[in-house]
Amino acid sequence: MDARKSTSPALRAGLAAMVLVLAAAPLVMPVYWTIILTEIFIMGLFAMSFNLLLGYTGLLSFGQAGFFGVGAYAAALLILNNCSSLGLILAAGILGGGVAAAVIGYFCVKRDEIYFAMITLGFGMMLYTIAHNWIEVTGGSDGLPVSAVPAFGFAGLEIQLAEPRNMYLFVLAVSLGEVYLLWRLVRSPFGLLLSAVRENKERLAFVGANVAVVRLVSFTIAGALAGLAGGLFCLFNCMATPDFMHWSYSARPVLMTILGGSGIFLGPACGAAIFFVLEQLITNVTENWMIVLGAILIPVVVYFPRGILGTVWARLHREREGGRS
Amino acid sequence: METFIANLLNGLSWGMLLFLISVGLTTVFGVLGVLNFAHGSFFMLGAYLCMQIMHVVPSFWIGILVGPMLVALLGVIVERLLLRRVYGRDITFQLLLTFAILLVLDDAVRLVWGPGYHVVEAPALLAGTVPLFFHSYPVYRLFLVAAGPVIGGALWSFFHFTRWGRVVRAAAADREMAAGVGIRVPALFTAVFALGTWLAAIGGALAAPHQSLAPSMGERIIIESFIVVVVGGMGSFPGAFAGALLLGLLESFGTVFAGRAQMALPFILLALVLLVRPRGFFGREG
Repeated sequence: MDARKSTSPALRAGLAAMVLVLAAAPLVMPVYWTIILTEIFIMGLFAMSFNLLLGYTGLLSFGQAGFFGVGAYAAALLILNNCSSLGLILAAGILGGGVAAAVIGYFCVKRDEIYFAMITLGFGMMLYTIAHNWIEVTGGSDGLPVSAVPAFGFAGLEIQLAEPRNMYLFVLAVSLGEVYLLWRLVRSPFGLLLSAVRENKERLAFVGANVAVVRLVSFTIAGALAGLAGGLFCLFNCMATPDFMHWSYSARPVLMTILGGSGIFLGPACGAAIFFVLEQLITNVTENWMIVLGAILIPVVVYFPRGILGTVWARLHREREGGRS
Repeated sequence: METFIANLLNGLSWGMLLFLISVGLTTVFGVLGVLNFAHGSFFMLGAYLCMQIMHVVPSFWIGILVGPMLVALLGVIVERLLLRRVYGRDITFQLLLTFAILLVLDDAVRLVWGPGYHVVEAPALLAGTVPLFFHSYPVYRLFLVAAGPVIGGALWSFFHFTRWGRVVRAAAADREMAAGVGIRVPALFTAVFALGTWLAAIGGALAAPHQSLAPSMGERIIIESFIVVVVGGMGSFPGAFAGALLLGLLESFGTVFAGRAQMALPFILLALVLLVRPRGFFGREG
């Protein structure tokens, strides 16, 4: 969690190597796993947007899928209206998610803790209901299928995203950009302010900060990033449907974050990877993957309070410190 | 006038069901401090078990008697084995634990009874319709409108006039003080959680002849009862009653004046209450 610790040269080299490995991976990976990994990146982004609220601001949102879905619909509507700029499409996702989160967040930040969870769940389901019923715009329960995803123009070339490897690299690039921005954000003075809201909101209010405004800004940023993930997912899936906004979809980033650990910057993204690998393994055996997920989650919650990765991390840390003393 | 009365009765009957669910949710939260995400799943389980028992013994009354008791027993097991371990912990973990229980229960229902719809017949005594002006109105809904206040009144009397009810309220007001004067708080917690799940399940069993059973029935009710308890004020008995009736009536009359936008009405109510009175109608300060 120590976000202020300066990045050492070794860590930088390690990160650069990891990025290179990820970028080169589709050359050797089967297409099937390239697609799975693309989805993991998108869901990892989604989970990290959620963790800006839970891990950094201390707010448990159960309606994050609403903004993910708004982003997906914004992207789909733009494509259906013959917008050919991918930048504009993703910007629409960010804007859609951000505006929806700013409006809904205005009401949600009035309460915290369990109330916040209940209220965000309610408003997330409101967005779902709207998507389900406003058939003229959203296509109702069928959603909006997107037949032709615009090509990515790069150095005069038209790169088709329908090819899984191109899509993978595109999503990877956007993800890395967003992860970098998030990293800068949580290390910035504003990031410290978020942690202060989480740790002790009364004391923060006493020293003159407006807790509600800090929360609302955090909620809006998280909504915008969820919208970006939704826009990417719409490109990836060629589809925006109301299911993206359902509360069981809101539960995904929550589960991923808990699996990975909310106290680690990249924890939610690792949680997304754990989640998808588990889903692949379990759905091979049984259709009822939710019951297995629940059965896994119960001991995780009871015995691994920092998430699987977080608990392992903490144990390693303790051993290293123990060895030093 | 005629549609007005029909809407009024529809709203009241749905409001009574909502009240039964919300009062269990709010009582468990008031005493244990845990928000039970799986409350809607216990509601659903009550309906399905009632149906299952009616397959063995074809009597609705046996079903509504035995089904909820089985669910309450499950509540005891859940509290003893799982919830007890997270009382002191961060609310995130309590929510996640009950959410995990919801995942298991909902999928288990789908596994056992399938994803399709099931229908439970109302008992002969309450089947059929009565004339209402120029149309007819189902008797069972009238029964629900009457059953709500009876169960609500019984609960209210229990909390206010019996020794056990006072013990529960004492523990809700101050857990440590209650332990200090010799109340066995752990046993009390188990009992209150069992009571909460029983209330959810009896709501489910009562709802069974009123709506068709499907694995998604728990989901709708939990979201609406969340709105009820936020609007009425968490932990408040009268709040749950007022919030549930208001929401039930709003939804039934909404079909008249709001048309398709009716589905957004509960959320508009929630937003308005958060704007004007964030702690809810009967919520305490703090």
